[in-house]
Amino acid sequence: MSASLADRVQALRGLYPDPRSAVVPALQLAQAENGGWLSEEAFRAVADALELTPAYCLSVASFYDMFRVEPVGRHVVEICTNVSCAVKGAQQVVDAFERELGIETGTTTGDGAVTLRTVECLGGCGWATVVAIDNRHRLHVRSADVPAIVEELRGDA
Amino acid sequence: MATPEIVFAGTNGGAVTEIAEYEATGGFGGLARARAMAPADVITELNASGLRGRGGAFFPTGRKWSFLPSREQVAKPHYLVVNADESEPGTFKDREIMLRVPFRFLEGCLIAAHAIESRHVFVYIRGEYEREFETLVAALAQIRKRKLLGKVTVVVHRGAGAYICGEETALLESLEGRRGQPRTKPPFPAIAGLYASPTAVNNVESITTATSILEMGGAEYAKLGVESSTGTRVFSLSGDVVRGGNYELPHGYPLSDLINVEGGGIAGGRTLKAVIPGGSSTVILTASEIENVTLDFDSMTAAGTAIGSAAVIALDDRCCMVQLGARVSQFYEHESCGKCTPCRVGTHWTTSILQKIEDGRGAPADLDLLLDVCDRVNGKCLCPLGDTAMIAIASYVAKFRDEFQAHIDQGGCPLGGASSLEGILAPVTVYERHIHAYGVGRMIERPLEVIA
Repeated sequence: MSASLADRVQALRGLYPDPRSAVVPALQLAQAENGGWLSEEAFRAVADALELTPAYCLSVASFYDMFRVEPVGRHVVEICTNVSCAVKGAQQVVDAFERELGIETGTTTGDGAVTLRTVECLGGCGWATVVAIDNRHRLHVRSADVPAIVEELRGDA
Repeated sequence: MATPEIVFAGTNGGAVTEIAEYEATGGFGGLARARAMAPADVITELNASGLRGRGGAFFPTGRKWSFLPSREQVAKPHYLVVNADESEPGTFKDREIMLRVPFRFLEGCLIAAHAIESRHVFVYIRGEYEREFETLVAALAQIRKRKLLGKVTVVVHRGAGAYICGEETALLESLEGRRGQPRTKPPFPAIAGLYASPTAVNNVESITTATSILEMGGAEYAKLGVESSTGTRVFSLSGDVVRGGNYELPHGYPLSDLINVEGGGIAGGRTLKAVIPGGSSTVILTASEIENVTLDFDSMTAAGTAIGSAAVIALDDRCCMVQLGARVSQFYEHESCGKCTPCRVGTHWTTSILQKIEDGRGAPADLDLLLDVCDRVNGKCLCPLGDTAMIAIASYVAKFRDEFQAHIDQGGCPLGGASSLEGILAPVTVYERHIHAYGVGRMIERPLEVIA
């Protein structure tokens, strides 16, 4: 953990009557600093800063979908496949991403550029299909839009 | 349209993210009025408005606040926790409220804090709402600079992806830095909530509406809407409509008008088959059943369903009800926290049975088995997740039994590959590999053939 991150975790502690409350925000900071996933070292650093154990931090992280405990690509594409997006063609969007990226959902491209996931409702049902790219939501995505998105991500990587 | 806007008033369809703009249209007038009143009088004003919780349970907001014990009764700090963990499939109103009227929302937080005599506000916002988080933090900084916070601290706390954290006690567990698993009730949060202290947990829209109520007066607000459901509400419309989106309408507005007027009707000239009226946890309505239903508590209840989170999902005639059941069941299976057995195991069984029927391997007894599982889960769970999942799934069978039966009789889906849900699958969880990599156990392989 960098010195600045350690300082930020300490600052987080001060926001709550009980420092344990800072564990999720601290893990979020650590994950962002570590390239989008939590390594054993990251768990140890957060645990040390909050006077918890690494195992406790892992037990919390494992409950939540947004924490990842293995490396991810430089970009993460997450497609909502819940009902409202599904009836508007989410599966076609998933298929298009798999085709363009040449990978299966749940995996990362060989060059480490993009991880592709499907997720539960992202809360954009009326603007389906919703695709989160590095946590920023794109609305009304159609399969025809996918090649341009992938090109953008590759160019950016 | 003549519909008065309350929640989105003064936005002209846009967003008000500069404090000067908000103040120019009377912003923070409600807060000034509230702070000039005794806390109990603010609650009286809320009671006069008839405001009921906009998260889904429709509990009277003023009454909820009145349940907090006094300092003399319990010598602990009071907390206000705002539930901005909007995750009910079909629901996307709170994010638009936070993006477009962040000051009205935060003003409501300060009004509520005054009413319950709290100096600590925590806004628990779902982790996926990154832009909304940034909008709130920016608005909060402007409020702080204007010195409007008084002695109140407001912390915007991001969740990390868990539907169950929308359940208030799970949210409190999560906010305390634990896995988001619901607590047994009682004690209710009003008595022992955050850090075992008296806590009010309110939805974003409820809190935002409180601002308007303090501005216009509770009695004036109560003139809007219908008797049991006063005021306006932001309805989230999605599914097979031309114009999905959020529409602020008075309670009592016809459901069919929301779909056909605001939503522009069913897309592609197809016909409406069914409506999920209040988020995916509610009983489905057939196209003929929605005719005289209005968007309020009484009408929805009379129709055998619930207004829930005011999330209306319209489904056209391409939607296979078995696939719908399987996909909805997969969602609840994925989101079950695992704490209580009926929910954890029951949602897996309903998914398996529904998938088996969809795959054409259904046996004549499977429909009764499915309903039996629903019955063995509903009412036996620690929190509403498992209960409402079963209520929703059982309603698909009850109302479209012929379609389920046809799957079994024909050995597959009557729609063939033409269903709008064809091929859709639950999220691929990469967690199995994560757990394996850490060597702390292994999740059970779960092929859907378990009951072949």
